[in-house]
Amino acid sequence: MAAILSTRYGLIMNVQKNIKQPHSWGRYPKVKHSQALSIYWRNELPDIAQLEESALPFAYGRSYGDSCLNAGGVALDVSHLQRFMAFDEETGLLRCESGVSLAEILEVMVPRGWFLPVTPGTKFVSVGGAIANDIHGKNHHRGGTFGCHVTCFELMRSNGERLLCSSEQNSELFRATIGGLGLTGLILWAEFRLKPIVNPYIDMDHIRFASLDEFFEISAASDADYEYTMSWVDILIGGEKLCRGIFMRGNHNQSQQLAEKLVKKRLSLAVPIDFPRFVLNSLTVKAFNELYYHAQLPKHMHKVVPYDPFFYPLDSIHNWYRMYGKRGFLQYQFVVPFEDGHGAMYEILERIRCSGEGSFLTVLKKFGDIPSPGMLSFPRPGLTLALDFAYGGPKTLRLLDDLDNIVLQSGGAVYPAKDARMSAQSFQAFFPRWKEFSAYIDPKFSSSFWRRVTNNVDCQGDREGRLVNGNSNNENW
Amino acid sequence: MGTQITRIGEKMKILIIGATSAIAHETAKYFARDGAELFLVGRSGEKLEAVQNDLKVRGARRAETCTIDLSELEQHQQMIQAAVDTLDGLDMALIAHGTLGDQRLSQENVAKMLAEFTTNCTSVISLLTLLANYFEPRKRGCIAVISSVAGDRGRGSNYVYGAAKGAVTVFLQGLRNRLAKSGVAVVTIKPGFVDTPMTASVRKGLLFASPRKVGEGIYHAMVKGKEVVYLPWFWRPIMLVVKSVPEPVFKKLSI
Repeated sequence: MAAILSTRYGLIMNVQKNIKQPHSWGRYPKVKHSQALSIYWRNELPDIAQLEESALPFAYGRSYGDSCLNAGGVALDVSHLQRFMAFDEETGLLRCESGVSLAEILEVMVPRGWFLPVTPGTKFVSVGGAIANDIHGKNHHRGGTFGCHVTCFELMRSNGERLLCSSEQNSELFRATIGGLGLTGLILWAEFRLKPIVNPYIDMDHIRFASLDEFFEISAASDADYEYTMSWVDILIGGEKLCRGIFMRGNHNQSQQLAEKLVKKRLSLAVPIDFPRFVLNSLTVKAFNELYYHAQLPKHMHKVVPYDPFFYPLDSIHNWYRMYGKRGFLQYQFVVPFEDGHGAMYEILERIRCSGEGSFLTVLKKFGDIPSPGMLSFPRPGLTLALDFAYGGPKTLRLLDDLDNIVLQSGGAVYPAKDARMSAQSFQAFFPRWKEFSAYIDPKFSSSFWRRVTNNVDCQGDREGRLVNGNSNNENW
Repeated sequence: MGTQITRIGEKMKILIIGATSAIAHETAKYFARDGAELFLVGRSGEKLEAVQNDLKVRGARRAETCTIDLSELEQHQQMIQAAVDTLDGLDMALIAHGTLGDQRLSQENVAKMLAEFTTNCTSVISLLTLLANYFEPRKRGCIAVISSVAGDRGRGSNYVYGAAKGAVTVFLQGLRNRLAKSGVAVVTIKPGFVDTPMTASVRKGLLFASPRKVGEGIYHAMVKGKEVVYLPWFWRPIMLVVKSVPEPVFKKLSI
C-alpha cells in the first residue's frame, strides 16, 4: 500500500516522461518508443521540430501491424483530443477532434438519428486513424471509403504550420493525408458527413453458401439492394468449391416504431489472460468453422438486430488479441481484381491449406468502384479477403511472402493498416504512387512500417519480433 | 429514439467551476446528454470554448462561459451573480478546479505554498460560502465539490495539497450539517488517482481510473444528492486502512 502511494504521489516531484508503451492490435512486432507524448489541447501543442526523434500520431492502437508504431521514436498520443466541435442537424456535417473514437460518435449521434458514413469492424478507432488508414467497411460497394466522406481537416506540420486541407484548399496534402498512414503531419480535427437513420436497428440476412461461385451469385443478387454486405468464410474445405461460408447482408431498418424501442446494453467481456499457443491451431479452427457453418439451420435467415452486434461482433470481447497468445498474430488482407479473382483466390487458398495454418476469422467481400481521394488508399475494385494467423515464426512469414507474390501477379494489393511484414519490393509494387506520396511526408514524421517498406531499416523490430531498439530484450515491457 | 435515457438532468441549470478540468468535463457530458443548461467557468478562454462546443454538440440546451482567475477571490461574487443572471437561477453547482503543485517547491517557498493553498482551499471555501447563501433560502439545490483522497491523511510527499483538500472536506462536513435543514445537498467527492493532464507526468498503475468513470460517478452522486463519495469505490476501504495506521508507524513510512 505504502509502496503504491509513494509511486503515485512521490513521483510528481521528478517529472518523468510518460512511458506507456503503445502496441498495435496484433502485438507483432513488439517495439519500444522513446516516449509517448500526450496531447490534451489544440491550443497547447508540442513543438515537434524540437523533438530529438521522429514522431507518429497514435490513439487507440487498433491498427494490426506496425503502421501505427514508431520504434525508437515518439508516439504522439492524441487519445485525449476527444472533443466534438460542431454538428449541423440539417446537413449531418460533424466536426470533431482527431482522437474522438467512432464509438463515441455512435453513442452521441445514433440516439439523434445519425450514423457513420463508413465504419470498420471495430468502433474503437479514432477519427484521425480512420482518415490515416482510409478505412472501409461493409458498405464499400455503396459508400466507398471513410475518406470519401471527409470534407476537410486541420493538419499540423512539424514546422508549426497549421493547414486547413480540403479538396479545394491544400488539395494535394488533403489527398496525401487520406490513407497517408499518419506520415503527413498531425490531424488536429476533421469534418465529415454523417448519414441519417430512422432507428438503430439493421434488417439482417444470413445466407449459407457452399462454394465461391455461389458466393458470387448471392453477391451479384445483393449488391444493388443491400447497403452492407460481407461474408464469413471457411477456407479449409479445399477442392473445387474453394470455400464455404455465410453471406451477411443488411440495410438500416426504416420502422418508426422501432425508433422508440429500447436497445439493451451489450454484455461486454474481456479476455483476462494470454491464451497458450495450443488453443488456436488448425484443428480447433476447423472445429470452430464446422460449428459456425452449421449453427445456422435454415439456409436463409432473416432477423432485425441492433447495429452493434451487426457491425462490431468482436467489440464485445475486449482484448480479443489475447486469444492468439503472447507472440501475437498477423492479419493479412488483400484485394485481387475481379478479372483474375477466381484464379488468384484458388492459388491463395490452396497455398494456405498446404501450410496447415488456420485462419480463425476470415472475411470475404467485394469492393466497389467508388474511388477514394486518398493517394495511398488501399481499396480498389475486386475481391478482398482478410485473414488472421497466430504468429508462428518464420513459417508464417514465409507463407505470407508467398501470398504476396500471388497477389502481386494478379495485380492486387495488401492492406498496410493490417500489415507487419510485407517487403519493400511488394509494397512499392502494390502502391505505385508511393514516390509521389513521399513528397508530402512531414520531415519529422516516420513509422516503423514506412521505414520497412522504403528499405530504411535503421531502427525497427527485427523479424522475430524482438525489441531491437532500446536496452531491453524483454518482451514484457 | 432507440436508447431511451432517463433524462434526470433535463432542464437543470448547473454552474461548473473549473469546467476545463478533465473530470469536470466528463461530468458535464452526462448533464449535456440530458439537455441541461450549463454555465462554465475556467481560466483559459480557448479551452473553455473547446469544452463549450463539445457540450453543445452532446446535447446541452445551453452552454455559456466565463473566464476568470479563481485565485482573485473578490471576483467570486460577481461571477456567481453572472451565472445566476445568465441561466435565470441555479439548481446545482460543481466546484472542480484545483492544482497538483510541486510539493518540494511549496516546502521551500512560502509564497508558492500559500498560492497553492489559495487555489485548492481558500478559493473553494470562498465560493462555497457564496453558493451556500444562494441555495439556503431557496430550500433546494446541490453543491458538489471535488476534494481528494489525499485530504484524508497528511503525507510527507504531498501534504500541502492534502491539507488544502482536508480543510475543504471538513468545511463541507459542516456545511452539509448546516444546509441539511434547508434540503440542500452537499456532496464531497474524493477521487483517487485519475488519468488526467494533472497527473500527466505520473507513471500510471492499476489504481488509475479514467476521467470518464469518475465523471459518471460524480453525475450520479449529484443527481442522487449523496454525501461523501469515493471514486472509484475501492478508495473507501483503502483510505480506511491508510487512516487507521497509528501515527508512530505512519510517520516512518515514506509515502
